[in-house]
Amino acid sequence: MTRLLRPSLLLPLLALAALAAAPFLGFGDRFALTLLSRAMILGMAAVSLSLLVGGAGLASLGHAAMMGIGAYVVAALDLAGITEGAIAFPAAILAAAAFAGITGLVALRTSGVYFIMITLAFGQMLFFTLSALSALGGDDGYTLYGRNTFLGADILTPRLSFHFICLGLLAASWGLCAMLSRSRFGRVLRAARETPLRVEALGFSPFPYRLLAYVIAGGIAGLAGALLANAMEFVSPAVASWPRSAELLFMVVLGGVAQLPGALVGALAFVLLEEGLAHVMSAWKLVFGPLLVLAVIFLPGGLTGGLPWRRRKQERRADA
Amino acid sequence: MPEPILVLDKLEKHFGGLAVTQQVSLDLRPGEIHALIGPNGAGKTTLIHLVSGTLRPDAGRVLLDGRDVTRLSLPQRARLGLARSFQITCVIPGFSALENVALALQAGDGSSFRFFRAAHHEARLNDAARATLDEVGLGARATIPAGALSHGERRQLELAVAIATQPRLLLLDEPLAGAGPEETERLIGLLQRLKARCPILLVEHDMQAVFALADRISVLNQGQLIVTGSAAQIQAHPEVQTAYLGEDEFA
Repeated sequence: MTRLLRPSLLLPLLALAALAAAPFLGFGDRFALTLLSRAMILGMAAVSLSLLVGGAGLASLGHAAMMGIGAYVVAALDLAGITEGAIAFPAAILAAAAFAGITGLVALRTSGVYFIMITLAFGQMLFFTLSALSALGGDDGYTLYGRNTFLGADILTPRLSFHFICLGLLAASWGLCAMLSRSRFGRVLRAARETPLRVEALGFSPFPYRLLAYVIAGGIAGLAGALLANAMEFVSPAVASWPRSAELLFMVVLGGVAQLPGALVGALAFVLLEEGLAHVMSAWKLVFGPLLVLAVIFLPGGLTGGLPWRRRKQERRADA
Repeated sequence: MPEPILVLDKLEKHFGGLAVTQQVSLDLRPGEIHALIGPNGAGKTTLIHLVSGTLRPDAGRVLLDGRDVTRLSLPQRARLGLARSFQITCVIPGFSALENVALALQAGDGSSFRFFRAAHHEARLNDAARATLDEVGLGARATIPAGALSHGERRQLELAVAIATQPRLLLLDEPLAGAGPEETERLIGLLQRLKARCPILLVEHDMQAVFALADRISVLNQGQLIVTGSAAQIQAHPEVQTAYLGEDEFA
C-alpha cells in the first residue's frame, strides 16, 4: 500500500484519476476534451519513449517519426476509402514498428550523441518524404473523410467515448511498458543502460534487446499517431517534425527519466502549461522556455522524482 | 594430465609497430590457479582482452575446452563459460547486490526474452542468488544497491556474479587492487575456495597473494612469456628477478 504513495506512482495514478473524472467536473466541453485527448495521446508516445530513454538509455530524437507513420497510415487508408479502425489501427502499429525495426537496425549500432543524431536524421528523412506525398496533400496535409469506425460502430466520434478510449489506451501503454521494464527482458535492458560491459561479460548481446524495445516503443507511438489523426481528423508532416520529437523527449525529462510513468505526468504538465500560458499572453513562449529551464534545474529527478530536499535526505540514508 | 580448459596458442598482437603480445602460449588446467604477472606495460591487460574476446589477436588461437573461440565476441565466449572480472570493478550500481547476481543467473537460465513476469519476483533466481551471496560472504548486504557497497564488497559481488554463471573458468583482472589488508585476506580465502569450482586465470600485482594462491605462475615481460612454473621456480629464476622483481622485493 505504501508503494502507491511514492511520488513516482502517486502522481501518475492521480493524473489518470483526474483524467477519468475531468469530463464530469466541468471539463466536459469540446475545448477541454480536445485539449485533454491531445495530452493523453502525446502522453502515450512519451511513455513509449520513456521505455527507451529511462529503460534502455536510448535518447531518440526521432520518436515523432513513429507517430507520423501511424497518422499517415490512417490518412492513406482513408484516401483508399478504408475507414475501418480494426484495419487502420493494427496497420498503423505494424507500419510504425516496421519503420522502427528497419531504422533501429542502423541507429542502434551507435550510441550517445551519434544515436541522437542518427534518429534525428531518420526523422527528417520521413518528414521530407511525407512533405513530398502529393496524394496526401504534401506540405498542406490531408483532411480525413471522417474518424475511423470499428466494425461499423462509430466509437471515436462521440467526445466522451473518444476521451475514455484515449485514457484506456494511455493506461494500457503505461501498463505494457511497466510490465516490460520489470520483466527479465527489461532487466537486461536496464542493466545494459547502466553497465553494458558487465552485461556482455555475462553473455548477453544488448543489441537484440534494444532493437526489440525500439520496435515496441515505435509500435506504441504508431498507435498514438493513429489516435492523433483521428483526434484532429487531419494529418500533416508537422506530426512527424523534429520539434515534436524534442517535445516528447522533454516531456520524458520533465516527468522524470528514472520513472516510466513520469512521462505521462510530464506530457500532461507540458500540454496543459503550454495551453494555459498561450491563453494568458501572446508572448507565452518567452515564459514557457524559462519555466522549463527552471523545472530541469530545480527538479532534476523530474516531477515524479520527489522534491529535491526529500531526495537529498534519501540519498544520505542510502549512503549511511 | 587432464585436458586443459583454456589454451592460448602463439598469440600475437601488435598496435602499430608495437608488439604487445608476442608468441604467447599458455594453458589453464582444471582445479588450478594460474597467475599471470609482469611489470607494468608487459602486456597483461592486452592478453586478458585477447582471452576474453574484447580484442582480436593478429595471429594465434584461443581454445576453450578444445574449441577454437578466436573469432568469437565477449558475449559469445561468456556463453561458452568464460566469466571475468575487471580491473575497475564492473557491477551494475543501480541494481541491488541480489539483483546483480540474479541477472547473472538469468543469463544461464534459458531465454531472457521473457516479457510478462516481474523478474524480481522469480523465487528460483532470487534463492540461488542469495545462496551465491552467502558463499562470498555478502548475504547480509543483499538488498543494498551495488553502488553503495564498499570497494571490497563490490569485489566480492563481482566474484559472486562471476561464479553465478557456473563458468568453466574465471578470468580475474587484479581482483585485489585497491582492497585493504583485511579485505585482501578475505578475498584470498574466497579465491582459494573458488578454485575447486573452476580454474582461475589470475592477473594480480600483489606478489604475496600471488605466491600464496597460484599453483603455477607465468611471467610476461615486454609482450613475451619468459617462464611458466611454480612459485619456487619463479622466485629462483634469474631472468625474472632482473626483468621484473628486482633485488629489493626479495631482500
